[in-house]
Amino acid sequence: MAFEGLAERLQGTIKKITGKGKVSEQDVKEMTREVRLALLEADVNFKVVKDLIKRIKERAVGQEVMESLTPGQQVIKVVKEELTELMGGEHSKIATADRPPTVVMMAGLQGAGKTTTTGKLANLLRKKYNRSPLLVACDVYRPAAIKQLETLGQQLNMPVFSMGTDTNPVEIAEKALEKAKEEHHDYVIIDTAGRLHLDSELMDELEQLKNTVNPHEIFLVVDAMTGQDAVNVAESFNEQLDITGVVLTKLDGDTRGGAALSIKAVTDKPIKFAGMGEKLDELEAFHPERMASRILGMGDVLSLIEKAQTNVDEKKAKELEDKMRTMSFTFDDFLEQMGQVKSMGPLDDLMAMIPGANKMKGLKNAQIDEKQLVHVEAIIQSMTKKERQDPSIMNASRKKRIAKGSGTSVSQVNRLLKQFDEMKKMMKQMTNMQKGKKGKGMNLPFM
Amino acid sequence: MGFMDKLKNRFKQNEENEEVSEKYKEGMKKTRSSFSGKINDLIARYRKVDEDFFEELEEVLITADVGVMTVMDLIDELKMEVKRQNIKDTQEVKEVISEKLVEIYYGDDDEEIEQLNIQKDQLSVILVVGVNGVGKTTSIGKLAHQLKQDGKDVVLAAGDTFRAGAIEQLEVWGERAGVDVIKQGAGSDPAAVIFDGIKAAKSRKADVLICDTAGRLQNKVNLMNELAKVKRVIEREIPGAPHEVLLVLDATTGQNALNQAKTFSDATNVTGIVLTKLDGSAKGGIVLAIRNELNIPVKYAGLGEKITDLQRFDAHAFVYGLFADILEEEE
Repeated sequence: MAFEGLAERLQGTIKKITGKGKVSEQDVKEMTREVRLALLEADVNFKVVKDLIKRIKERAVGQEVMESLTPGQQVIKVVKEELTELMGGEHSKIATADRPPTVVMMAGLQGAGKTTTTGKLANLLRKKYNRSPLLVACDVYRPAAIKQLETLGQQLNMPVFSMGTDTNPVEIAEKALEKAKEEHHDYVIIDTAGRLHLDSELMDELEQLKNTVNPHEIFLVVDAMTGQDAVNVAESFNEQLDITGVVLTKLDGDTRGGAALSIKAVTDKPIKFAGMGEKLDELEAFHPERMASRILGMGDVLSLIEKAQTNVDEKKAKELEDKMRTMSFTFDDFLEQMGQVKSMGPLDDLMAMIPGANKMKGLKNAQIDEKQLVHVEAIIQSMTKKERQDPSIMNASRKKRIAKGSGTSVSQVNRLLKQFDEMKKMMKQMTNMQKGKKGKGMNLPFM
Repeated sequence: MGFMDKLKNRFKQNEENEEVSEKYKEGMKKTRSSFSGKINDLIARYRKVDEDFFEELEEVLITADVGVMTVMDLIDELKMEVKRQNIKDTQEVKEVISEKLVEIYYGDDDEEIEQLNIQKDQLSVILVVGVNGVGKTTSIGKLAHQLKQDGKDVVLAAGDTFRAGAIEQLEVWGERAGVDVIKQGAGSDPAAVIFDGIKAAKSRKADVLICDTAGRLQNKVNLMNELAKVKRVIEREIPGAPHEVLLVLDATTGQNALNQAKTFSDATNVTGIVLTKLDGSAKGGIVLAIRNELNIPVKYAGLGEKITDLQRFDAHAFVYGLFADILEEEE
């Protein structure tokens, strides 16, 4: 499809200039064009792209890039630095009022994920900061929106304040505040109805709500998949409400998320949190630098490394590496490795984080089905110790027994055996590559 | 007669068409003023057709979320056309641009592609799919209302058993449209709900069954498999069904909409698109990209929050809406 990361995009140009003693201005121009297209494909607003490209060009034409030995890498580095700077530092703190309750107001377009985020935020406040939030249902327009928040409240075992759909949202919020004081809630999170930034009547209502409850935080909730229009939306909401931060939702999708950059550029307000899934504990701190990598299609190397570090026992990893090299990798190791990988989180998340994974042969369209992993696990667990150590002893009757024991079929067992064999071969190639000169096709753009 | 005149006459001749185009013009006011305004700006700024002009045009189209690949193709074709016809003046290019846009949308097909496939003497099943928050349930409510107005007997199946409040939301729409909603409890198997829906629709000899599903991001393999299963259940119960698989797309979505269209098509063979939230300032240019790259037509457009605010998609009206400023200015 149309989506290529910057690294892939630049391959062609880089190929042309390798071997050249000097990089010409024309080469730089070509490279910045590719950068521009990559950013546009990632949904970064074109005005934002224009400004960025101007700065990147200035730096690229300077000594920094032209005299470097690896101009391609250098361009990527410059781009990433500029993006990271534009994205700003990390700000995942939520304001706390001197005198509780702290009031948090949610705003955004229809379908951005305000109600879900309200639930997630409440969960985070309780879990991480030990707070006791009161949820307030001020979406009186969308059918069953109140019911949705109430259901979330039930799931979280948290109180939800609502007055039905016939009361004015401003009045609901006022009453909720009184109740929060009475019942000593230290946070009040107000869910509001989704509205178009062009709808002046509803935008005025939000402003009125703001003036009445004086929120300490106003979060604009934005769908990470938003296209070029993100700037208009963010600008309008910010102008009218002077938001304090942004929550980017649906980041667990496969969007590049260039909207993040656009929003930051036009509002200069921090993106504080990211929605990473449908479950109520899937709200994470937003990492600007990782977002920059993602927009460029370079994979979220940092996140991957961090996840791997926390989950993989280093000693075990070293042992594994030795085994790979000596080809003594067995099904027992495989099982253990699977367990470690699984503890890092959903597999397709991990795949998405590996730069170039989508370019690797065989992995390109690999759809990872977690259910299949359960089968694989069952098959291995149905093997005897001996079989796990040495799959070459496998014969028809053994396979039949394994299939029966794991509730799978012989063909599934065969498939796994074949895959295991191929994997071992691949590992051998990889370790050879590492030993030799720079690995072809496997080197990560930033490592 | 130039292309613009043809487009204009199309709406002058026929009053019904005029009404349609008025609705689009109203709904897409913001869209139009920004898009065609930009093209006008562009044309005023550049008097000569050169590289800079094309680069800027490229940007204008990208800002409309048309999709990078489609824009590249379009620009290449324009460059060819300009060379062929020896066009030097930017004013003349304007005509070629809009002609190409309509061409991209229709390709070799005619307007039939926008019709909803409703069977005559048999139950028609419409499966509605899409990512979270695009407006599936709302669109179903509007569509049910419209079909009911056309004299159809409609039943809804509450297949979104996952999101909190989704069933209740569909029930409210069912009440508004005056149609029955078949449901089970939250958390139940969506395929089972749809199965119930089919049984119920069959026994009361309904004309149309519209199946709601939970929103899901297209990269969640398990959830996409679940959707494929729902479709298989429908196929098994009624040969030839589902008669329509409608993918609901949010007009504010950027390039990811292409991924959505592609992946949902792989899982459920999407037959048409409902483009929602076109009453915002988003440009909806993604329609062209999806038609160009995946050949899926748009069947409906959501132009507001009222139950009547769902319109049959009409690409001529859509393009007319985009270019109305330019057309009227020439009179």
